[in-house]
Order: sequence, then C-alpha cells, then structure tokens
Amino acid sequence: MDLLLNANSAGEKFTVMIIAILLFVAVMTIILFAVDRPRNVPGWLAAIAFAGPALLLLIFGLVRPALITIYQAFFDRTGENFVGTDNLAQIFATPDLRQVIYNTFAWTILTPLVATFLGLLYAVLVDKTRFEAVAKALIFLPMAISMVGASIIWRFVYDYRADIGDNTQIGLANQVLVWLGFEPYQFLLQQPWNTVFLIIVFIWIQTGFAMTVLSAAIKAIPDDITEAAKLDGVSGVQLFRFVTVPAIRPALIVVLTTLAIGSLKVFDIVRTMTGGQFGTSIVANEFYTQAFRQGDQGLGAALALILFILVVPIVAYNVRQQRISEEVR
Amino acid sequence: MSTTDRSRGARVSDAAGAGVTGPAGTLAAEGAENADDRVGTPVRRSRAATFRKSMSNPWASLIAIVIAVLWTIPTAGLLISSIRPEFSVKNTGWWTWFTNPEFTANNYNLVLYGSEGFATVFINTIVITLPAVVIPITLALLAAYAFAWIEFPGRDWIFVGVFALQIVPIQIALIPLLTDYVNWGIAGSFWPVWLSHSIFALPLAVFLLHNFMKDIPRSLIEAAMVDGAGHVKIFFQVLLPVLTPAIAAFAVFQFLWVWNDLLVALIFGSAQNTAPLTVRLANIVGTRGSEWHLLTAGAFISMIVPLVVFIALQRFFVRGLLAGSVKG
Repeated sequence: MDLLLNANSAGEKFTVMIIAILLFVAVMTIILFAVDRPRNVPGWLAAIAFAGPALLLLIFGLVRPALITIYQAFFDRTGENFVGTDNLAQIFATPDLRQVIYNTFAWTILTPLVATFLGLLYAVLVDKTRFEAVAKALIFLPMAISMVGASIIWRFVYDYRADIGDNTQIGLANQVLVWLGFEPYQFLLQQPWNTVFLIIVFIWIQTGFAMTVLSAAIKAIPDDITEAAKLDGVSGVQLFRFVTVPAIRPALIVVLTTLAIGSLKVFDIVRTMTGGQFGTSIVANEFYTQAFRQGDQGLGAALALILFILVVPIVAYNVRQQRISEEVR
Repeated sequence: MSTTDRSRGARVSDAAGAGVTGPAGTLAAEGAENADDRVGTPVRRSRAATFRKSMSNPWASLIAIVIAVLWTIPTAGLLISSIRPEFSVKNTGWWTWFTNPEFTANNYNLVLYGSEGFATVFINTIVITLPAVVIPITLALLAAYAFAWIEFPGRDWIFVGVFALQIVPIQIALIPLLTDYVNWGIAGSFWPVWLSHSIFALPLAVFLLHNFMKDIPRSLIEAAMVDGAGHVKIFFQVLLPVLTPAIAAFAVFQFLWVWNDLLVALIFGSAQNTAPLTVRLANIVGTRGSEWHLLTAGAFISMIVPLVVFIALQRFFVRGLLAGSVKG
C-alpha cells in the first residue's frame, strides 16, 4: 500500500503506473464480461456498463465540484460563514481585482481577433504555394510546446538589461530596439502594455490553430462558387471578401469562440512570466493565487464562478450562430 | 452540396455526426495535410490559378515570410542558447553565436543530473502521461459507443449534458476535488493526477469519439448483430479496428495536453515525488529566473518529446483539431 501512494525510485514509479493501468483494465474487463454473459442483455444494462464509468467520473469530478464551488462562492475565506455576494462585491470594489477583470477582457478580445486575423491571412497567403506544408508547420509548431516552455522562450525574447554603458542586450526584442536607436524597454514590468506582451505569447501559440482550421475551410470551398464569381468578373481581394470569407463564416465563428474560451482560462503564461504581478493577473491566475496561495477559498470560488459566467455568453452566441446557419440550410 | 455544408467539417460544437470523417470533413482534413498532392488535379486547378494570380505578388510572399520568420525565431533562439556556455548565454545575445559558434552539453548535464534533477521529473511526466491518456480514451470510447449505438431512455439528454460540461472551466472543480483527495489520503501520490486528468478529458473525448463513431455505416453494425454479436463483441471486433485513426487523433491531442499541463499538476501533483517537468520548470523560473543556461536547456528538455510526437503524428493531430477544435 505504501508503494502505491509513495513511489520514490523510477522503478517504483513505473511499477505503480503499470499497476494502475492493469487495475483499470481488470475492472473494465469484469464490467464488460458481466454484461456480455447473459444472452440479449437489455439495452439499459449494456448502456450502464458502457457509459456508466464515464458518467460516474463526470458527476463526481465535474458536476458535483462545480456545484460545491458555486455554493462556496457565497461563503467567507474559510468556507464556514455565509457572506452572500460579498466576495463578488469585493472583486469589483478592489482596484487590483478590477484590474484583473479588465485584463481578462483584454485577453478574451485581443487573442481571438489577432490570432484569427493572422491565421487567416497566413492561410490565404501560403495556400497553393510550393512551400505550403513547411510554411504551415512553422506556424503550427508552437502548439506542441507547453505554455511554460513558450513562456520561457518569450521571457528570453523580452529580457531586459539596464543600460550600463555598453548596452548589450541578451533579449532579442530589446536588442532590436537598441539597434534601431531606442532605449531598452522593460516589456514585462511597465503597465499596461505588459499585459499586451503576455497576450502576444498566447497569440504566437494559437495562430497555428486558427490557421489550420481556416485553411481546411478554405480548401473545402466548392470550385463552382469561385468559378461563378470569376465569370462575374470578381477577382483578387474582392474574391476573398465576397466569396471566401462568407463561405468560411462558420469556421471563423468556431475559431473565434474557441480562442476566446481558451484565453479566458489561460493560466500558465501569466503564472510563469510574471506570476500575475505588475498588474498582469487575469481571472484564471488570480483564482489560483487566492484559493491556493492566499488561502481565501470564498474569493477563489467567486473568481471561478466569474470565469464560468464569462464563458456562458460566448457559448450561447456560438449555439445561436449555429442554429442560424442550420436554418439557412 | 452547399457552402455551409462543406465547411461543417471544421466546426466545433457541431453536435452529432458532422465530424471529420464525413466526406466534407475528410476533404478538409486531407486538404490541410496534402495540399501539395492536390495542386495538380484538374478539379482544383481553377481555384489554384485564381489564387496564384491574386495572391502571388511579391508583397504577399514578403508578408508570409515575415510571419514565418517571426514565428520561428523565438524557438531558434532558445535552442541555440541551450547549447552555449553559461557565460556566453548570460552576457551576449544568442545571435552572436552565428559569428562565434560554441557548443557545450554542460547545461543539459546540469539540468538533467544536477540539483535540478530533470531526469527524475522527466520520468514523473512519463508516469503521469501514459495512464492519463489510456484511461480517459478507453472510458470515452465505451461511453461514446453507448451514446451512438445503444438505445436507452434519456440518451440524447445525457449526451447533451456531457457535451455541455465542456464549458465548465476546470478551475471550478479544483478546490472540492483537492479536499476529497486529502480526505482519502491519496494526496501527494500519482492517483489524484491520473484521476483528475481522466475526468477533465472526458467531455471532449466522449464528444469527439462519438462523432467519429456515428459516421460508421449502420449496415456494418447491423450485419454484426444479425450474426449474433453482442455489444461487447461489436465494440471490440467491428468498431475498434475502424476507429484506430480517430483514436490516434484524440490520443495525440490528450498526450500533448497532459504532457504540457501545468494547472492540474501544480494543484494535485506538485509533491516532490510526482512533480512533472512543467512544475519544476515553472519553479525554476520563479526562483532562478535569470539562470538562462538552465532555463533554456530545461525548456528544451520539456519540449523534445511533444515536438517529436507532434511532428511524427501531425496528421492525426490535425484530424482531432478539425473534429472538434481544442479542449474548451
């Protein structure tokens, strides 16, 4: 038992891992074997065997905790005394926490717009060129890197050295400034632009996603549509505006929605690059700080609740758009 | 086929069967990957020609090149720095490496076997990742099968419920789960990490795999039923072989997500024995943020496995991406 909970050496860890997988396989085998034995099992029993484990986990690990958290949001920092909407009021009344909300909006608006624009632009520019595969891979690659890794990459780009005469910078961004004859700039310290520089990191990661989805949508546009447009004398930028963009509208909405939801929840970049200091914190990060660093459960839960509330309208909009496009068909 | 229909392959919350394996979706997914093969085919030529005429001016190429370079340089700088000696990394820009090339494996040595002990956290990451990929995919496959091919009361409503859980930010579940793990006495071991990753992956996994599964022709399953096969047999012998590419697509997805995760690891698995690469790396940033020789080497170690997997299995990853977009 001790081994299962406290594996120290590499060998022990791999042993525990294999035990965990075997245990899982054994349990699933027993369940499936049990419903498969009797001939003609009723549908509901088979359904329980197949979907039951996943549903149980979801109810235990997502539905129930979410309800508890929503409930906790109305209690004080220890979770014992009911305080009503004090936590929410506190978030909007404290300047620092209000800043967190503003920053979150900046993330949720800037990331989708810029990443989608760049992704679309790039997808169109490299479409049908000889280097398309390589060109796309270059943009797509940051998606494989952890946000912690990406943060280190960009901390290095933004690195600042005070000008002590020789003005050697090791961060590329500041070196470029120096080469251009400007003073080096503290990218991560100076408000409010430091938030923008953090957002750039996320855009750098997500543009590949936008590009891939949009590129696939562009390639799926039927040729007869472009043919017809050309016969009508439409070409170039106009073709793009009046044929391509409307045709990929559903894909555009999906990309914008996904990116908006993604930027609402982004945590790693802020955590690793500034730790949320210097006015760069966002709701997802502030939640971690309050709930797990400051030990204020109520405030943490309230922040998680805000996160949830912010996601809902974005999803609602997406569902609405989907219904509209379904009606059109 | 209308335009809207065609682009459905790339839509996220398109419930039911409009996933990637439909005719439009396959075209889209393949198109992203195999663009070069298709340029020459007659069907595509006209549009290709249009684009070439309209977009292939020097300015367009210049913009594309600028974007590509901007996207590549930051990572290139990291890799070059990680093989430079400590003194050089800290005192000159990595671009001077081109005029003054120096190589050292010392940074990697220090990070892997020195006080940072990345060799250990590397193992932790592997131990965390494998079950956290295998378990949710198996559970999701079984559940997706139930939602797609077993009739039971309330099926559609429950499926919509599972789908809707995608919009719940995982932050909202963390505090109560941690309390449970502590009460059960399993906090600080690998179990909470495996369990949590499995839970958080399920909504998207069930949804995506269900889409893939719905696209399998009904006749295939009915034929098996006529032969007297039960659900278990149909699942393992008929569906699983057909679904292998789809499973691979989601597996790459889940692998990258778990390997690169910081939040779950930080809250449930940051104990000495279980901390993965991301947690250790984030710690070094916090405590020794200017030790660039360690940070660059450490970051590259954390990137190497996902990069290899990603490059090798990119095809599948794109399929997963187009089937349902990223984890919400």
